[in-house]
Amino acid sequence: MWGCLRVLRAGPGATIQDGGRFGFLRYGVTPAGPMDWTAFRTANFALGNDDRAAAIEVSTGGLEVVCEGVPLWVAFAGGAFVWRRSGMVLPKAARIRLELGETLIARAGEFGAFTYLAVAGGFDTPAVMGSRSTHLRSGMGGIEGRMLKADDVLPTMIPVEERSGESFEAMIDAPWLDRDPNPFRVVLGPQDDYFAPETLSRFFSGVFTLTPMADRMAYRLKGPDIAHARGYDIVSDGIALGAIQIPGDKQPLVLMADHQPTGGYPKLGHVARADIGRLAQLRPGETCCFREVSVAEARAALLACEDEIAMTVQRLRPLRRTLTSERLFEANLIGGVVDPLDSEQTEEEF
Amino acid sequence: MLSKPRYLPAGESALVVEFGATIDPRIHDCVLALDAAVQHANFEGVTETVPTYRSLMIHFDPRRLAAETLITELARLDATGKPARTPPQRWHIPACYDSPHDEDIAEAAAFLGLPRAQIIDLHQGARYRVYMYGFAPGYIFLGGLPPELTIPRRAVPRSPAPPGSLLIAGGQALIASCAMPTGWYGIGRTPVKVFDPKRAKIFLAGIGDEICFERIDREAFDALSLAAEAGELCARGDRLDEL
Repeated sequence: MWGCLRVLRAGPGATIQDGGRFGFLRYGVTPAGPMDWTAFRTANFALGNDDRAAAIEVSTGGLEVVCEGVPLWVAFAGGAFVWRRSGMVLPKAARIRLELGETLIARAGEFGAFTYLAVAGGFDTPAVMGSRSTHLRSGMGGIEGRMLKADDVLPTMIPVEERSGESFEAMIDAPWLDRDPNPFRVVLGPQDDYFAPETLSRFFSGVFTLTPMADRMAYRLKGPDIAHARGYDIVSDGIALGAIQIPGDKQPLVLMADHQPTGGYPKLGHVARADIGRLAQLRPGETCCFREVSVAEARAALLACEDEIAMTVQRLRPLRRTLTSERLFEANLIGGVVDPLDSEQTEEEF
Repeated sequence: MLSKPRYLPAGESALVVEFGATIDPRIHDCVLALDAAVQHANFEGVTETVPTYRSLMIHFDPRRLAAETLITELARLDATGKPARTPPQRWHIPACYDSPHDEDIAEAAAFLGLPRAQIIDLHQGARYRVYMYGFAPGYIFLGGLPPELTIPRRAVPRSPAPPGSLLIAGGQALIASCAMPTGWYGIGRTPVKVFDPKRAKIFLAGIGDEICFERIDREAFDALSLAAEAGELCARGDRLDEL
């Protein structure tokens, strides 16, 4: 028997994402993939999936799904979203078994811009050029290349009965997904020589605010002017995830998951891959700053981060279903984080 | 053109090998030669390469490869000489300059001070090189536009030019793969789909290939559009080493 999730309601920004569309960067094909790979991976690993299995990326617009066909094991992680199963509040990151007809609702919580809902085996939407990732601008991947909407049916890759091993419902203790005010690490280059040394120190000492011009393609920041010493029109070269472009208005633009693979503005540096997920979780109006690191330091940070996430299964803490009253859950598990009154009000809005 | 390539970090997961800072076929030849050499060497951990006008971006998995190791390997590759790159192809691409596919030609003619017929002759008579892809999947950046057709980009982008649009600006030419707002001028259109994910050959041209345009009228455009829609290439490619 095969299961699926049916979308009851999807806020703007809910898309299917897998590990990303690679192999065609040279032909101008955007990689897409999750905005916060750390949260995406955590949700997948909690289910024993690989690090590329297709999941739902939920933005602050929220999501509401219902389980159909057969019961399904799902896991979610990323930011501090508020999750409810058939009305009852769950931890912000958890692995649960959704029974037939049970609904699961996510809405924006205390912090974070993206959360991920993964299913055992991954979602089986059609792959385009080897990937299920949705790229909205080119209308590729996911469901018809668009955001999810009500009545979309998302089939899973494997029948539920084939799942091996003991499973238990659990909260995921993932401190690497906690809010962290530390500066984002940046590796200089390739065009750091387009900026005077004092401009670079202004960049690393400055405080930047995320503007509302933030989407899956790029995050536009506002802060001290980062003036070019040698003009800003360069002959196009390649672009990697996390590139910090400085266009003519002297304000940084960090290129995110939906970046184009080539482009023509000077790139001061790149946000370290270990920190890019944390940057993706910023909401417009929130501030950030940057710290310079070497390539070797950024690499070590990435490997450490990947190693930590690889231990996700060891960080599952059983959920006690005896405490299923909503009030108990809120008091015991997320008390002090979410105000029950406040969450009820917001739920009505959603 | 640089006497030695520069190795520039693009984070911990990509490296830029830069051969110059301008649009120049000799620089591009170096980029393509290195691209071929890297693919041939099949380095553990290299996941993908992206050739552009002036540099090669090498993406890699930092778990399997460190940037400094890659730089050492690349320097060794340089010293041992470069294998010949895959022979490029020459693509003959049908192009229609008749109304309504010549949307911006009057505007371009006024700016350039050239008669419309001359713009068409110049654009259609030139031989182009595919330098890179950008903007959107399958969007082809061409070099080789006759200098008489050098026109600055618009200050304000125009409404989306349809797929197949032949665009010019900044001394360069483009073939649009999909409708996108653009600061360029659309002077003609090809019925060929330069990008079709449903076709076995998803992308028509490889980087380094040559392109020439063959003029067709509106009727031929309509007929070829239907064929292209049905999955046909509608463009002829010759291997350049066979010519």
